[in-house]
Amino acid sequence: MTTRVNISINARRYEYEVEDRTLLVHFIREQARLTGTHIGCDSSNCGACTVLLDGQAVKSCTLLAVQADGQNVSTVEGLTGSFNGLSPIQEGFRQEHGLQCGYCTPGMLMACTALLAENAQPSESEIRHALEGNICRCTGYEMIVRSVQWAAAKQVQQ
Amino acid sequence: MSLVGARVLRKEDPRLLTGRATFVDDLLPANCTFAQFIVSEHAHADIRHIDISQALQIPGVLGVWTALDFRDYPDLPGGLPDLERPPLATGRVRWAGEPIAVVVAEDRYIAADAVAAVKIDYNVLPAVSTIRAALAPDAQLLFPQHGSNCLVTVPMLDDLDRAMEACDERAQLRVVNQRCAVVPIETMACLADWNIDGLTMWATFQAPHHLRNKVSAWLNIPQNQCRIITPNVGGGFGAKIVFAPEFFIMPLLSKWVGRPVKFSQSRTEAMLQMTHGRDQEHDLEVGFDRNGRIKALRMVVTQNLGAYADPTGLGLPVLTNWMAGGCYKIAKVQTAFRCVVTNTTPVAAYRGAGRPEATYAVERLVDLVARRTGIDPVEVRRRNFIEPQDFPYETHNKAVIYDSGNFPALMDECVRLLDYETERKRQEAFRNDSSKPLIGIGFSTWIEIAGFGPNGSLEGFGHLASWESTQIRIHPDGSATIFIGSAPHGQGTETIVSQIASDELGISFDRINIVYGDTGTVIQGIGTLGSRSTPMVGSATKVASQRLLERAKKIAGHLLEASEDDLVVADDSFSVRGTPGKKVGWADVALASFQPLRLPPELQAGTLEERLFHESPNFSYPSGAYGCVVEIDRRSGKVRVAKMVLIDDCGTVINPLLAEGQVHGGVAQGIAQALFEEMQYDPSTGQPITSNLIDYLIPSAPDLPNYIAGRVNTPCPNNPLGAKGIGESGAIGSPPAVVNAIVDALSHFGVEHIDMPVLPEKVWKVLSTATKGST
Ligand code: FES
Ligand code: FES
Repeated sequence: MTTRVNISINARRYEYEVEDRTLLVHFIREQARLTGTHIGCDSSNCGACTVLLDGQAVKSCTLLAVQADGQNVSTVEGLTGSFNGLSPIQEGFRQEHGLQCGYCTPGMLMACTALLAENAQPSESEIRHALEGNICRCTGYEMIVRSVQWAAAKQVQQ
Repeated sequence: MSLVGARVLRKEDPRLLTGRATFVDDLLPANCTFAQFIVSEHAHADIRHIDISQALQIPGVLGVWTALDFRDYPDLPGGLPDLERPPLATGRVRWAGEPIAVVVAEDRYIAADAVAAVKIDYNVLPAVSTIRAALAPDAQLLFPQHGSNCLVTVPMLDDLDRAMEACDERAQLRVVNQRCAVVPIETMACLADWNIDGLTMWATFQAPHHLRNKVSAWLNIPQNQCRIITPNVGGGFGAKIVFAPEFFIMPLLSKWVGRPVKFSQSRTEAMLQMTHGRDQEHDLEVGFDRNGRIKALRMVVTQNLGAYADPTGLGLPVLTNWMAGGCYKIAKVQTAFRCVVTNTTPVAAYRGAGRPEATYAVERLVDLVARRTGIDPVEVRRRNFIEPQDFPYETHNKAVIYDSGNFPALMDECVRLLDYETERKRQEAFRNDSSKPLIGIGFSTWIEIAGFGPNGSLEGFGHLASWESTQIRIHPDGSATIFIGSAPHGQGTETIVSQIASDELGISFDRINIVYGDTGTVIQGIGTLGSRSTPMVGSATKVASQRLLERAKKIAGHLLEASEDDLVVADDSFSVRGTPGKKVGWADVALASFQPLRLPPELQAGTLEERLFHESPNFSYPSGAYGCVVEIDRRSGKVRVAKMVLIDDCGTVINPLLAEGQVHGGVAQGIAQALFEEMQYDPSTGQPITSNLIDYLIPSAPDLPNYIAGRVNTPCPNNPLGAKGIGESGAIGSPPAVVNAIVDALSHFGVEHIDMPVLPEKVWKVLSTATKGST
């Protein structure tokens, strides 16, 4: 069974005929060819595939592409801002060394973007809990927390 | 201004932060196909029949291959003679998850359908998943031709009994260093494209040339037609230096189907197929006097190798034995080990690889001595330390000569930052207040072996040699490209090498780029493993830069009509000392280096290229003192790390930001081993119980603390940078600090040891028995 699916990703329309079982993450990576969104597990635990669906952080491996038909998806490729083109959260990760291998990073960035949109001044514990569904094997998380705090502070200044 | 030592932001970050980095699974060349393994559902069985007929009927399936198709090819490289691992299970499967056949299809969904359609008929055999079961007298043998599940035994040379008997006291301890899954967030992936011009394979790997050497030999093709590219790699931690079957099978499949073939593991596949780490049991004994001075130490290690002997797996207990004495002056240390096969995933390197196990053993023993003598564990450590004036210090093993360190200074700094006395008072005050958590304080003072290494050190693991290479190329505009043999995957080596080269060459940081991870462009290389990159490739780059600069100064001197000895280089130009304004830019010097008419007669065009294979006379020995305060919930038994103090001595620090990141990541894995992670098998069937990230507990942000970091610097005398390496330190030093703290918290219940992972139910059992006893 195939279905014609039309999804807007980073404000550009992608329309493809896909098998009904196609996961949203595969639609993003293999149809739209936006490979910044990663896959790290098959049990929706790692968060490497996190994107924004109509502004909400979701794990794109837990949705079918057909479920996102007609909706708006934002991925890491769509993040922009005034820090040499980087958004405050991207720049925060750079300033505070919030990434090492970078594989979990796109998912982390999207989860953090959603967090700051909802709560501009999260406490440390709020940051840690908001990232509960995102696993990083490299950093030990403290520098990710500092990265979010850096971005939150910058947003206040601006 | 020197960049070495400065908090320089990473060169690597922009591509990773924007989704523009390329990991293997991101590649999708024209006409690409997708491969997936059919794996054993049983831990131990003979394969009676494989029926691929239904799979072949599925539209989009290009073929299914089994061991028979690879019979003209050798077993996988490494391992022990006659006990090597075949590329696909041949006749017998030895663990649940072992690949038996492989399918190639038009896409990954069809491949998964085909995998489900392959029917395998097994004759199931009894499985042994633990060391004890494997060594039972009537145990089912994995390799009947060998006659035992114990493959290797290295006995004790002297049983130490006399030394032990001479001690006031002796104590025994049995510790288990449990099996951990490595879990880089990027699983194993490779993409093989074998066309008319030869083979190109993109692979997620820590040592591309090492893989190139083995794959080309296995396929019997020339090395110049076997190009391995390791693009961005999503973490390795030791599991990506293993010769997994996919790297050998995918090239042949590409040749056979005449198209590129991509392989990318699911997490469940990775949990069973990627090598695991640790899995040692230790029988320990320590002899000491009433003053807490340790006189003798005995360590017997049993290593669970899993189903096959991986070459790095075989090396783990060797390193554990080497480092048995820790940072203490112990007159007699004797060690032994044996390696056992079981029906489980093969075991190989995992961050620390043999050293975390040694550190855990000796640090648990030191606390036991403190306990038995009633002396404070900090004081027992101080009484036994190797002193700063004792270096170089010859250990019980002649391969291991500690080069430098200052353990008393590390301990002092750790005690200070932990605020030890205050914490002891808090512990005392809380102990009998049931509304408060139980407090425990633990330390680990440790030394590890890193900077692999001296000639001969990696050859034993099947590497070509133990040097590391650098090649510096100055372009005609004075920018530089440095090709390095390391293959970083998160360490920040691009940044580190650029900092070092920038300082030496006077070329600005932004005008230097680093190329690595491609056997087609990097001359030769060994790879990123064993905390070696900064000491090895960093040193190589420093020395090569100096050599190149000598020739650049000749050119600059020629252009300026000045003596090269009077030249200083900085900020992309050469100037004459004491003659302000007399200068020439690096760009002009670089341009002249390609123009024979402007060169001094002794130099030829293209002279500004330098390469160096750096050899090291010794390993390096990073050390540290870690302190941990835990709070234990009296009702649930849940352990919370309330404070974690990390004092590291990695010698010269090139970039404090990156050094801190390495320590944090290692410590996170160490705390995870102490508190959460364990790869478990059903002992009756050998079936894995923790084969996905639901059952296998990787900590996320709320589970881990902030860290308090400090530093002591004793430069490494064995390389021109003075750097010791820091990639594995955190994972080595932290587990015993956490467990010592937990045992300390429970000590008044008579607890002397508790095995990792210290999950709430283990602690709860101790607490509930103790409460029952007291009422
Ligand atoms: S890939 Fe979606 S949560 Fe892991
Ligand atoms: S940076 Fe490697 S997994 Fe997070």
